[in-house]
Amino acid sequence: MNMPAAPNGPKKLSLKENYALLTRGLGWDTSYEDMDKAFPLDKFEGIRIHDWEKWEDPFRLTMDAYWKYQGEKERKLYAIVDAFQQNNGQFNVVDARYINTLKLFLTGVSPLEYAAHRGFAMAGRNFRGTSARIACQMQAIDELRHAQTQAHTISQYNKFFNGLHDPGHMHDRVWYLSVPKSYFEDAMTAGPFEFVTAISFSFEYVLTNLLFMPFMSGAAYNGDMATVTFGFSAQSDESRHMTLGLEVVKFILEQDPANIPIVQRWLDKWFWRGYRLLGLVSMMMDYMLPRRVMSWAEAWEMYFEQNGGALFNDLARYGIRMPKYHDVASMEKHRLSHEVWGIFYNYTHAAAFHTWVPEQAEMEWLASKYPETFDRLYRPRLEYWRAQQEQGKRFYNPTLPMLCQTCQIPMGFTEPDDPTKICYRESDYRDNKFHFCSDGCKDIFDNEPEKYVQSWLPVHQIYQGNCFRPGVDPTAPGFDPLAEVLLYYGYHVGEDGGEYLDSPDRRNWEQWTGKPAVAT
Amino acid sequence: MSSDTVFIAFQANDDTRPIIEAIEADNPEARVAHFPAMIKVDAPGRLVVRRESIEERLGRAYDLRELQINLVSLSGNIDESEDEFVLCWN
Repeated sequence: MNMPAAPNGPKKLSLKENYALLTRGLGWDTSYEDMDKAFPLDKFEGIRIHDWEKWEDPFRLTMDAYWKYQGEKERKLYAIVDAFQQNNGQFNVVDARYINTLKLFLTGVSPLEYAAHRGFAMAGRNFRGTSARIACQMQAIDELRHAQTQAHTISQYNKFFNGLHDPGHMHDRVWYLSVPKSYFEDAMTAGPFEFVTAISFSFEYVLTNLLFMPFMSGAAYNGDMATVTFGFSAQSDESRHMTLGLEVVKFILEQDPANIPIVQRWLDKWFWRGYRLLGLVSMMMDYMLPRRVMSWAEAWEMYFEQNGGALFNDLARYGIRMPKYHDVASMEKHRLSHEVWGIFYNYTHAAAFHTWVPEQAEMEWLASKYPETFDRLYRPRLEYWRAQQEQGKRFYNPTLPMLCQTCQIPMGFTEPDDPTKICYRESDYRDNKFHFCSDGCKDIFDNEPEKYVQSWLPVHQIYQGNCFRPGVDPTAPGFDPLAEVLLYYGYHVGEDGGEYLDSPDRRNWEQWTGKPAVAT
Repeated sequence: MSSDTVFIAFQANDDTRPIIEAIEADNPEARVAHFPAMIKVDAPGRLVVRRESIEERLGRAYDLRELQINLVSLSGNIDESEDEFVLCWN
């Protein structure tokens, strides 16, 4: 690139010209087959597109540059993964509690990267505008790269810690992993415009900073060099994806005023779906990172209230308002992580990661970050659990919880105006009653009941006998259905879940590293 | 033009040091925040990354698309050319 151009040679194309040739010059209209038959899915959602030429890509990344920079990212990443493995970097993390964030990530998030790969490949096929197709194609390749690099990087931890051995199998079966799985499958089974609005805009642009930025900074702060590296490598693609999301929404809104109410309903739906999904991130930030970067409430203020606020101010000129129930999400920011951690503390014997009661110093941190709620509402419960545990009665909840029909999370969330009262909502549909954790989830169901009556709810499936391994006889004497479900999930029972202090991970950590199980 | 905050965040490493310096020089109102492994630059309404400013500090030719290698996140509408990478709210 430092070579001087030949003085009389062809003029070098500008970035904009180069990109226009890639995205406009390579497209064509079908002639012997109707375009509506070649692209059968881009009209049924009701979105009206009059002129695909109006699509503007902000990142003008041509294929030569794409391969060059993506290749450079891969070389950087794998050099670090080599060094990490050769130096036993898995033992440099602050303590073995931290590894549980990786277990949640590998089973809950990495399969979503693969789902995104599939989803964008489908969306790219289904748009008749060439620029949109190319942007989706590049993102589909990026997402496959993310799934692969995450599996490669975290595989080193799988050699030493439990719960990481079969993320794909678990993702398709385990109760709490149905939350991220159903979220993405909900998007993939919508039309292509809803898919990109859901994933590119509502998830990537509005909410993804809340996932990746605290997670990567948290990894760095807790001594996990490998995760910082794959995380930032993926995140460098994410900026392009976020920008695609903003462009998609602006493009749709500018094409026809009839699109505005459709998009607004999608933004309402996918904001709430994404927010509920991020409950997992909230507990990771406040409870699972032994060294904490910022609280969930602080991250919500920085990345949603401030940045999201600026974004929706920018979209106001199209007639778009903030997503419905954003105020509820802000009201819940002082309790979300505590409620979610409480759910997992109850059910950790049925999870593929460990939970624990925070140490005193950690409770002081929580009290300082949540002065209005922690000491009053959550510390007493944690101290009660700690006292029970010290008497040899570590609490595990042996019953199965009721799940929300929409987000599929156990119904442990509280009323918007009363954090001491569980929130229950219900709808009647075709002679059945359906239950919801919130007004947001109920609205989503009520708008598309035919879709959500089909939800694969893990608790229902267990009770219906659909979560046992093939050949197992539930009528056999002494049959223990819940123990059998854990085998169906592919767990190594007694190793993967349960209390951290009682776990083989804890014992191995102390033996192999000589470091305390809980860093002080 | 809105004065809502735009931001850009990079990995904290030797590649990004001259980029951050260039951004600070070209955007007097920018505020730089250091996080573990990450640097985030906030600016009211608009933020510009100029190729020439980076080249002056780097001592070599620079393609602004190289920013993507160390980019972590950003917020705002983007306008990218060979010479400038601009973030703004309208």
